Amino acid sequence: MFCESKMMRKYFCILCAIIATLLNITTLRAELEINVTRGTIEPMPIAIPPFSATSASNASLGDSIAGVIINDLKNCGLFIPVDPGAFIQDPVSLQQAPHFSEWRLIKADSLVVGKVEDSDQGNIRVEFRLYDVVREAQIEGKAFTGGAQDWRRIAHKVADAIYKRIIGDEGYFDTQIVYVARERHQGEPVERIAIMDQDGANLHYITHGDSLVLSPRFSPDMRFITYTDFGQTQHAKVYLLNLDTHHKLLMGDFPGLTFAPRFSPDGGKLVMSFAKNGVTSLYAFNLQTRLIHQLTREPVIDTSPSYSPDGSKIVFNSDRGGQTHLYVMNANGSNIERISFGQGSYRTPVWSPRGDLIVFTKILGGSFYIGVMRPDGSGERLITSGYLVESPCWCPNGRLILFTREARRGDPRLYTIDITGYNEREIQTPTSAAHGSWSPLIP
Amino acid sequence: MFKKIVSISALALALAACESTGDHGTGEGTFGGTIVPGSYEDFYESAGDRVFFATNSSHLSGDARATIAKQAEWLDKYQNPPVTIEGHCDERGTSEYNLALGERRAAADRKELIRHGVQADSISTVSYGKERPAVEGHTQEAWAQNRRAVTVFNE
Repeated sequence: MFCESKMMRKYFCILCAIIATLLNITTLRAELEINVTRGTIEPMPIAIPPFSATSASNASLGDSIAGVIINDLKNCGLFIPVDPGAFIQDPVSLQQAPHFSEWRLIKADSLVVGKVEDSDQGNIRVEFRLYDVVREAQIEGKAFTGGAQDWRRIAHKVADAIYKRIIGDEGYFDTQIVYVARERHQGEPVERIAIMDQDGANLHYITHGDSLVLSPRFSPDMRFITYTDFGQTQHAKVYLLNLDTHHKLLMGDFPGLTFAPRFSPDGGKLVMSFAKNGVTSLYAFNLQTRLIHQLTREPVIDTSPSYSPDGSKIVFNSDRGGQTHLYVMNANGSNIERISFGQGSYRTPVWSPRGDLIVFTKILGGSFYIGVMRPDGSGERLITSGYLVESPCWCPNGRLILFTREARRGDPRLYTIDITGYNEREIQTPTSAAHGSWSPLIP
Repeated sequence: MFKKIVSISALALALAACESTGDHGTGEGTFGGTIVPGSYEDFYESAGDRVFFATNSSHLSGDARATIAKQAEWLDKYQNPPVTIEGHCDERGTSEYNLALGERRAAADRKELIRHGVQADSISTVSYGKERPAVEGHTQEAWAQNRRAVTVFNE
């Protein structure tokens, strides 16, 4: 039914490479751990010299790869890169062996030593070793081979490997973000769907401003985006967009508006809202059989559905009780239970990929908030607030929340924040940006 | 854009019936010369093209019902030209819920028109949620202008 994806083959080239685990991996986790579940976070000082290159053509690549890794680790808030101006040991002797005392002197707790080599058929091979400077031992080492043009993905994979070894969770650096880019052309608003690497690089547009578009989300295999397109008739409809061909496919033949689509975790279904005659209900659309299954049927507004990571449940917001609140039901529409009971309006719930939390937007007393609660509704905790904050979602390891922040003057932008409320930062985009959604780790 | 709103308001104030102050629903109006009976401009001047709502509500106020009654009378007189009702919201909500609320507003407007005898199959509804405000402002006044259902003629 769907074409073979060129993108899949390209990514396979990187991963079909040899990932070789090198010498001397010792388990020093107790010493080299950052505790990120308690309130206080102490970022770890980490030294990342430029990766050495064995050929002139790779010399600048060595600098660039280290630069991407430094950025990733710094921006996640858990690491502080040591100023390269402070480095004592020279690059040549470093490739032989680290002089650990010289790294301890400049207060680095860990050290990354890497190199870039030419491999066959225009590929590059990037190798790194991660050292615990205090214990003077290597604790991780990997090599990645891939096309030279994919050096950023290789750098993100190195950063993910470092993150995983020290933090203990899967990283999230080799990922993309899809969002709605907003501009004005001759005074008129124009929206396009954009995809970028999570660090803002490689930005490209996959729709071209012909129609109003909203709420783009990746499929779990990253071959498709689902989104809402108003088309030329201004009737909002849910589509699937093939990321290889950029062709779009209408999802279902509904006699009314459809919007707010999300994939099931196995990629087999879309759950979405269908609105007609003043009632908005939730429907599941099976991508294989094309069958439509109505999930909710009260004469109310039910929208913003999101599956649990095991696919068994759906959280959504509904105004069936008057104010909008969050409800959880079985994925087949049975057993609907309310989970939010606080003051204010609760909207846009999204279930964490870890299963442990649901993030949401709350509107209370004229202010907007992003908060999290457990799936049973307990432990509600507000993380950030503003004139307008909305459309939260999770990074794939469940530690960061991506959301939209708009100041009173307009101009929405994408922000990330740690679930502890720490390290809120803006993602730089060339245009206004809203309704971002985070990909899984790229397959 | 703002100049146009001012000039429309001035014109509207001159007519007892019309209470809307937002921008023209669709296309460019020719307000300079005679208004052709049965045209969109005639509808706009006779009845008004929009009604407004309270926050988070799709309830039709007395003013809204009065406007819709006039719209129904006009549409009936001119044999129910096909129209679309666009539902809109202010920015003080979330984008998906506001799509649904806009649809609910458009549906309420449509139901009231049908109650006055307008043919159901001549009225379709769409929602823009909060994505197409009439007024680009961040004040109570702007928000009130944006919580609206607008009736436009189909091409």
